[in-house]
Amino acid sequence: MQGILQLEKTSVLYRYRNLFIYGTLLIVAVLASYISNPVITTAVLASAVRQATPIVLGALCGMICERSGVINIGIEGQMLLSAFTGFLANVYLDNLFLAVLVAVLTGALLGLLLAFMSVTLKIDQIIGGTVINILALGLTGYFYISGLTTSGKLQPIRLGPLADIPLIGPIFFSNPPITYAAIILVFLSHYVLFHTRWGLRTRAVGEHPRAADTVGIDVYKIRYANVIIAGAVVGLAGAFLTLESVGSFERAMTNGRGFVALAVMIFGQWTPFGAWGAALLFGFAMALQTQLQFTGQFNIPHQFIGMLPYVLTIIVLAGFVGRSRPPAAEGVPYEKE
Amino acid sequence: MTDQQQRVSAGRSGLSLVVAVWRAISVPVAAVLLAMLIGAVILAISGAPPLQAYGALFRGAFGSTNAIARTLEKATPLIFSGLAVAFAFKAGLFNIGAQGQLLMGALTAAVIGFAVTGLPAVIHIPLALLGGAVAAALFAMIPGALRAFTGAHEVIVTIMMNYVAINITDWLADGPLKDTSGSNIVARTPQILDTARIPTIGSVPLGFVIALITAVVIWWLLNYTTIGFEIRTVGLNPYAARYAGMRVAFTIVMTMAISGFLAGMGGAVETQGVVGRYQPGFNTGIGFDGITIALLGRTHPFGVIPASILVGAMDAGSNQMQFSAGVAKEITDVIQALILFFVAADMIVRWIIRARTTEAAGPALTTGWGQK
Repeated sequence: MQGILQLEKTSVLYRYRNLFIYGTLLIVAVLASYISNPVITTAVLASAVRQATPIVLGALCGMICERSGVINIGIEGQMLLSAFTGFLANVYLDNLFLAVLVAVLTGALLGLLLAFMSVTLKIDQIIGGTVINILALGLTGYFYISGLTTSGKLQPIRLGPLADIPLIGPIFFSNPPITYAAIILVFLSHYVLFHTRWGLRTRAVGEHPRAADTVGIDVYKIRYANVIIAGAVVGLAGAFLTLESVGSFERAMTNGRGFVALAVMIFGQWTPFGAWGAALLFGFAMALQTQLQFTGQFNIPHQFIGMLPYVLTIIVLAGFVGRSRPPAAEGVPYEKE
Repeated sequence: MTDQQQRVSAGRSGLSLVVAVWRAISVPVAAVLLAMLIGAVILAISGAPPLQAYGALFRGAFGSTNAIARTLEKATPLIFSGLAVAFAFKAGLFNIGAQGQLLMGALTAAVIGFAVTGLPAVIHIPLALLGGAVAAALFAMIPGALRAFTGAHEVIVTIMMNYVAINITDWLADGPLKDTSGSNIVARTPQILDTARIPTIGSVPLGFVIALITAVVIWWLLNYTTIGFEIRTVGLNPYAARYAGMRVAFTIVMTMAISGFLAGMGGAVETQGVVGRYQPGFNTGIGFDGITIALLGRTHPFGVIPASILVGAMDAGSNQMQFSAGVAKEITDVIQALILFFVAADMIVRWIIRARTTEAAGPALTTGWGQK
C-alpha cells in the first residue's frame, strides 16, 4: 500500500516531479490569467515566445560552443553584425530569403574567427570574444547608413487549423519563420547532441579532449565545426532582429541579448530544453515590461521596468551558477602532444 | 674590475634597458601599425582616401596647441578606465563594467558638485572626486561579491550592471535630479558650482595630472604593498593563494572595489573637468575603451598612459577626420578592435616582427562560469 502512495525513486513521475509541480502551477496561472483577461494574456504570451527567439538562439550558440569546450562571450557581437549584414542584404538584394542567408553566413564567419582565435591561436577565450564584440560594434557603426528602408519583413505563417485553437494557437502556431526555426532547432540540437555519434564526440571533446584524442577524434576539427555551426545559429538571431522583429537596423540594437543568452544557457544547464525554458522566462519578463510600459497603469518609472531583464539575469546567475556543472574542459585550449 | 670592464658592463646594462624596453613595446607598436594598415584597407574599400584621412586624424590630434589640449582632455578619463580594467586583470578579473561604474561616478560627482554649497575649491574638488569614486567602488563591489561568494562570472554580471547603471542614471537625471532651471526640457542635472570644477592649467587639464599621479599610486600599490602582492597571487593562482592562507574572497571584492574606484574617478573627472554636469549620452564608450587600453598597455599602470594618449588622440582627431576628409569617425572603433585583436593574438605579431617571447604568462581570464 505504501509503495503505491510513495512514488518509486526510479519511476518517471519521481524523476520529473518538479517539472510536473511547476508545470501544473504554470498552466493554472496561465488559465486563470486567460479567464480574467483573454486578450492581454494571449498578447503577452505570444510576445514572450517571440522575445525568447533571439535569446534561445543565442543560448543554443553558447551551448554548442561550450559543449565542445570553447567559451563564447562574442555572441552579442555575432548577433549584432549578422543583424546588420542581413539588413543590408535585404535593402540591396530585396530578397528576404537571401538576407537571412547572409546573416547566417555572417554569424558562421565570426564563428570561424572565434575558432581561429581560441583553437588555433589559443588566445584567452574571454578576450577573443571581446574582440568580436568590439569589432562588431565598430564595423556596424562605421558602415551604418541612416535612413535605409526595406520593402518588408518576415510575416507570420498560420499553421492551418492549429492556429485557430484559442490561447495556444496564437502563441505557438501563428509565428514568423525564424521563431518556428528556433523551436525546431531546440529539438534538433537536443537530438544531435544526445542521440548521434557527432553529439557524443562533441561532448567528449568538451569534457575530456585528451581521452577523445586518444580514441582518434580530431579535437580541433570538432571544435572548429561546432563553433562555426553555433555561429550560424546565432546569425539567425541577428536575422530575427532586423528581418523579423524590428525591420530596420539601429546601432547597438542587440542591447545585451547576447549576454542574457549566456545566463540563459547556464540557467538551462547546458541543455537545449533547459535553455528554451529559461529563454521563455526571459521572453516573458521582456513581454511584461513592454506591456507595463504600454498600459502605464503602474506608476513606476520606465527605467526600472527596463532594468528587469538585466537584474533577472544577475539573480539567475548568482542563484544557479554555483549549482551548475559546465563542460569540464571549456575555456582550456587543447595542446596536441 | 678594470675601468674598461666597468665601462663595458655599464654599456651592457644601458643596452639591456633599451632591449628590455623594446621587447615590452615592440608588440603593441607593431599591433597598432598593423591595425592602422588594415584600417587603411577598409577605408580604401569604402572609397575614402586613407592617407588623407589619417593625415586629418593626426592634425586633429596633434596639429596645434588646441588639438594637443583636446587629446590630453580625451586621454584623461581613458587613463582611469584603462587603469580600472588593468588593475582587475592583475587579480584575474575582467571588469567589463567600467562603463557603468564610470556613469555612477560621473553622476555622484555632479550631485556633490551642485548640491553641496559654500565650500572652497580646495575641498569641494576632491570631495566631489572622491564621492564619485566611492559610489562607483560600492557599485563595483556587487559583481565582486557575487563572484567571490556565488561564483557568478564577473564578465556577465558587470555587463548587466552596465545596463542597470544606464537606467539608474537616466532615471535620476530625468527625474529627482533633473535640471529645472529656465526652460530646460532635456534629461540632465543642474550645472556644478565653479568651486567643484577641475581647472585647466595652460593647456594641460589638471585632471590629466591627477590621472598620472593615480597611475603611480596604483603601480606602487601593486608592487610594494601586501594587498598588491595578494592581488597578483590570486590572479596567477587562486588555489596557491588560498593554500598560502590568503583571503581570496576578500581580495576579489577588494580588487573590484578599487577597480570601480578608478573608473568612478574617470567619470568624476569628466564631469568636473569637461561636461560640468551629468547628462546621459556623454561619457559613452570610455569604459569599453578601457579594455583596449589595458591590453595595449600590457596591463601595466605606466603602459596605460601612452595607450590612453593614443586612443585619446584617435577620439580627438576623429572629428577633424570626419569634417575634412568625410570619413565616419567610427573607423577608429574598428581600428581599436583590430589593435585589441593583434595585441591579444601576439603570436601573429611576434611571427611577423620575429620577436622572442620574453615574459611569463599573465593571469588567465578564462575560468569556468561557476568558479569561486
